[in-house]
Amino acid sequence: MDSLLYGRRRATNFIVLSLSFAATAAGLLVLFLILWSLLRNGVPALGADIFTQNTPPPGSRGGLLNAIYGSLVMTTVATLIGTPVGILCGTFLAEFSRSSRLAMAVRFINDILLSAPSIVIGLFVYVVMVVPMGHFSAWAGSVALAIIVIPVVVRTSENMLSLVPASLREAAFALGTPQWKVVIFVVYRAALQGMLTGVLLAVARIAGETAPLLFTALNNQFWSTDMNNSMANLPVVIFQFALSPYADWQQLAWGGALLITLSILSLNIIARLLASWSSFGK
Amino acid sequence: MTIDVTPMETPTRPHLISMPEPSRENGPQLGQLVPKAEIKDLRFYYGGYEALKGINLTLHDKRVTAFIGPSGCGKSTLLRILNRIYQLYPDQRATGQVLVDGQDILDPKQDLNLLRARIGMVFQKPTPFPMSIYDNIAFGIRLYERLGPRQLDERVEEALRRAALWDEVKDKLRESGLSLSGGQQQRLCIARAVAVKPEILLLDEPASALDPISTQRIEELISELKSDYCIAIVTHNMQQAARSSDYTAFMYLGQLIEFDSTENIFTHPKERQTEDYITGRFG
Repeated sequence: MDSLLYGRRRATNFIVLSLSFAATAAGLLVLFLILWSLLRNGVPALGADIFTQNTPPPGSRGGLLNAIYGSLVMTTVATLIGTPVGILCGTFLAEFSRSSRLAMAVRFINDILLSAPSIVIGLFVYVVMVVPMGHFSAWAGSVALAIIVIPVVVRTSENMLSLVPASLREAAFALGTPQWKVVIFVVYRAALQGMLTGVLLAVARIAGETAPLLFTALNNQFWSTDMNNSMANLPVVIFQFALSPYADWQQLAWGGALLITLSILSLNIIARLLASWSSFGK
Repeated sequence: MTIDVTPMETPTRPHLISMPEPSRENGPQLGQLVPKAEIKDLRFYYGGYEALKGINLTLHDKRVTAFIGPSGCGKSTLLRILNRIYQLYPDQRATGQVLVDGQDILDPKQDLNLLRARIGMVFQKPTPFPMSIYDNIAFGIRLYERLGPRQLDERVEEALRRAALWDEVKDKLRESGLSLSGGQQQRLCIARAVAVKPEILLLDEPASALDPISTQRIEELISELKSDYCIAIVTHNMQQAARSSDYTAFMYLGQLIEFDSTENIFTHPKERQTEDYITGRFG
């Protein structure tokens, strides 16, 4: 072997490898800086108050109870609306109409929706729900978040269903199983963990969304469980409090940011664990 | 007859198959021959490619018919027509006739689910469903029969016993079918196919992914099952065809070259190509 050529390959390998490491380190560094500043500023804000008191006027004691509650409720409702629609659509694409024109069109539109700016979705819901109803509402916020959930779930559930080996479907059909039973009792079971992972990632995605809520649920200083009324939520509270001139509000904003980040982080970790327990693909 | 003996080209390929004792009780020369499936001028297309070029043959009830031939000769394709599983894929189509008990199953009006319930299939790779061992078997039974829990238990046990799997799984019926070994999974799939009491059993290289012991068990199983079923088996393993079948069909490039009793095919093949293939000179 030509030693000059070999030396050159080794050098190229070294350079490319170093660049890759540097790029990875840069990406990780940013993540750790974010986490670090969040922990440094957020941890002092965390205390019993944050979970037991509502958002205060400037200068008084308070917490984030109403915002935490609002975020939980709207995220849950959005997931409940978005998941069935997304899974059914993904099923249509993967099981019933893999290569039809309609499927291609749906896939294309879904991809656009997947990358649609969330503020556009917020404005859309503002126009179709908030304006006709005449007031901001938690329902509108949930719908806006659901519109973000749908394309994520469509995409992941279609991918996960497509990963189920064709041989498994054939085996089920070969017993004389009607297609709907093949899908529900065999294919869904095989893809269950993957699809759950997709739903969790969608939840993680909407947990921190601010823009769609700004125009829909807005915010509420007070404790409210009325879905027809504006509702407090962590992202918008963080947005308002962080921009305020009051130190105690800023402190609460840091606490809220840390809370959201930790919950998204744990959702992602759970999703990862679920995916690694997946029963097929070995 | 004489076959000139030339040195083997590869040590793994059998030179000339040693013929096992023909099974006297069930052999084609004795007992009533009942045609189960008559295949007439069957052609098959993958898009524009003609994979089967006019096949004619008859599968008999309570007999095992083996399909041999080099890869891509169309033997699996033929099997996949018999339960119309090919129809899951829109660009595949078949012409001709396949008469099962006199009724053309290629008729577009044929109900596919009912057809597939009558004609069971076991695939090359084990395909246990992602559910418990018990449910793997019960799944197919529940599709077309309403049974009480007691009767269902009996049917599941019967199927697992027939597939020689019962003793290995009877204490873990609630465990996942995926927890079994490859050979066990394949026997589970055979049990699943047998449990719905089909009339014809199609086996598409059922032992090709298995170790020799599991292969042997599956062959024993086939010879046991043939007292009740019409069985068609695709195999790459010529000893397996010789050991476990009554009839053998040799296929090449989408055509049926020779079809005869297994004994004749392996001892007095009429066609040069058949002889070359079974002696390992090509393929």
